[in-house]
Amino acid sequence: MMSHELAIETRGMTRMFADLTAVDGVDLAIPKGSIYGFLGPNGCGKSTSIRMLTGLLRPTSGQIRVLGETLPGAEEKLRRRIGYMTQKFSLYENLSVRENLEFVAQIYGLSRREAKARLAELLALYTLEGQERQMAGSMSGGQRQRLALAAATLHKPELLFLDEPTSAVDPENRREFWERLFDLCSQGTTILVSTHYMDEAERCHGLAILERGIKRADGSPQALMATMGARVLEVAGEGLRALKQQLIAEEAVLSAAQIGSRLRVLVRSDVAEPAAWLGSRVAGRSLAEVRPSLEDVFVTCTGGRHVG
Amino acid sequence: MLAKMLARILAIMIKELRQLSRDRMTFGMIVMIPLVQLMLFGYAINTDARHLPAGLVDLSDSGYSRPLVQAVAATQVVDFHARYPSLQEAEAAITRGEVKAVLYLPPDMGERLLRHPAVAGGHYLAEPVGQWLVDGSDTVVAAAIRSLRQMPLDEVLDLELKTQVPSFEVVQYFNPEQRSVVNIVPGLLGVILTMTMVMFTSAAIVREREQGNMEFLITTPVRPMELMLGKIMPYVLVGFIQVSIILSAGHLLFAVPIRGGLDSMALAAMLFICASLSLGLVISTLAKTQLQSMQMTVFILLPSILLSGFMFPYEAMPVAAQWIAEALPATHFMRMSRAIVLREARVSDLGFDALWLLGFTCLGLTVASLRFSKRLD
Repeated sequence: MMSHELAIETRGMTRMFADLTAVDGVDLAIPKGSIYGFLGPNGCGKSTSIRMLTGLLRPTSGQIRVLGETLPGAEEKLRRRIGYMTQKFSLYENLSVRENLEFVAQIYGLSRREAKARLAELLALYTLEGQERQMAGSMSGGQRQRLALAAATLHKPELLFLDEPTSAVDPENRREFWERLFDLCSQGTTILVSTHYMDEAERCHGLAILERGIKRADGSPQALMATMGARVLEVAGEGLRALKQQLIAEEAVLSAAQIGSRLRVLVRSDVAEPAAWLGSRVAGRSLAEVRPSLEDVFVTCTGGRHVG
Repeated sequence: MLAKMLARILAIMIKELRQLSRDRMTFGMIVMIPLVQLMLFGYAINTDARHLPAGLVDLSDSGYSRPLVQAVAATQVVDFHARYPSLQEAEAAITRGEVKAVLYLPPDMGERLLRHPAVAGGHYLAEPVGQWLVDGSDTVVAAAIRSLRQMPLDEVLDLELKTQVPSFEVVQYFNPEQRSVVNIVPGLLGVILTMTMVMFTSAAIVREREQGNMEFLITTPVRPMELMLGKIMPYVLVGFIQVSIILSAGHLLFAVPIRGGLDSMALAAMLFICASLSLGLVISTLAKTQLQSMQMTVFILLPSILLSGFMFPYEAMPVAAQWIAEALPATHFMRMSRAIVLREARVSDLGFDALWLLGFTCLGLTVASLRFSKRLD
């Protein structure tokens, strides 16, 4: 059952904190060489899942295999094979860029020569040259994030965990950051990234939508969009706020969210003719069915509890 | 205006109290620090030195020595723990710190007693009947023994005596001028090292946790023992710098002699620094915030100052307080540093204290490593 092609495989992974179930029976099968996303709102169990997969937390129940090793038990063996970039900046703010990276290199047991070469490589790759002497604490969000990624990948891990890596970064740096992730991926690194940004999730090869510790859906973004249990229609016209209130009272409407001058309405797919069904309820406003987005998938999966 | 100001002050007060009540450790310290201090000062600290461990060298064959020794013991100032066949061996025992004083009764003690002015009357050859050899490094101990100098000899002879002439001669070793600074400087080593060493390391692990470095650190291959050793080693150097400063300044400014070998001093300091650092590490794995680690440091520091023999002689403390004192590394180091600096002892003379500190260090490092889990749960 355990395939060698899988970087991460879990069965019923569960973690309780007192009576709170932070992660509830999550099954995962993450293939090697892919970028896999955990998409979900804050508190949905993304960080707890990552901490279990990195061996920092013990699962309350369920099986976990990471890179063919069973957790808990093989944490120390896995340390050298995995990299972890924490949500909060976890390098030393009162050490310089170079000092931080040198420290990490020594902890991972690189020889002086290896470390020197690897540092030069990383400083160039993550455009930190010229900032080697700058204290990590005085860097901008984007610079810190690049430094953190350099530190997390210094030992060339096979599997890289990134916990909300872009939450403190502007959109341009986010784009650039994702380019770097694809570079790493193309070199064979498997990446597991958690995010609450739809656009980021859409870049992943595969993703799991988590909500309240439960995996609501998983698959490639395209497959998720193709198979979602709702149709997406956009209504244009006047008085959309009032129309929204009217529509969300309908059993068949999962959500209605205003996007500029249009109202994006998710209608359950068990409604046979969604356009006709909705057309009779929008009082002559213009209406068109549109391609679903990942956000629509997310809203459908979570029953509209978090968006719209 | 004023009402709003008061409302804001009240808001902050309530917030502070809420936060305080949720920090159980701080709350506990608020109760424990005064309570423990009170107990220490009230029960343990007794500036009247009593039951000082003493030795006896009895070279007299007179029948008077037994009642004399009993009379001395009855004063409760000293407890005779050992008999030594010669003065040399008695002096060595003082150097090792086994006894604080030795009563020497010379061969002609019986004759001296009968010739003693208190017995014979008049001024017929005023010779004391015996001699006290005292470890004078602690002035309180020396003063207690000096109080025996005038001890009446009535009971020994079963006679009523009138005149008060010294019964004993007192020889104060190591600190004849009875300068307390001589005793305080080597003791201060222990207090200052406890303060800085425990404080530095008690925050070491907590700080990493509070600043968020820990989550990264525990996903690296670093082992708990490696982390612990790496954390304490730089402070060994810091400790040595402090030892050098205190001893040099004590020597230059206060003329405190350094009689023992510097190699012995360095070894004793090394053992104590390591013990203190590992104690700090244990605290660091217990504390959840840097504030808590600071409080626990104070909690260790207080008895280290009050019970270790720094301020009051160990011998003068009740047994329960001595047990607490024995558990503190500072007590053992205080003994060693005074013995080495003032009594020219070597670490080999102080095997028990040295081994104790070594054992404490190993235990501390093990406990800290075991308590430090590379997990977040």
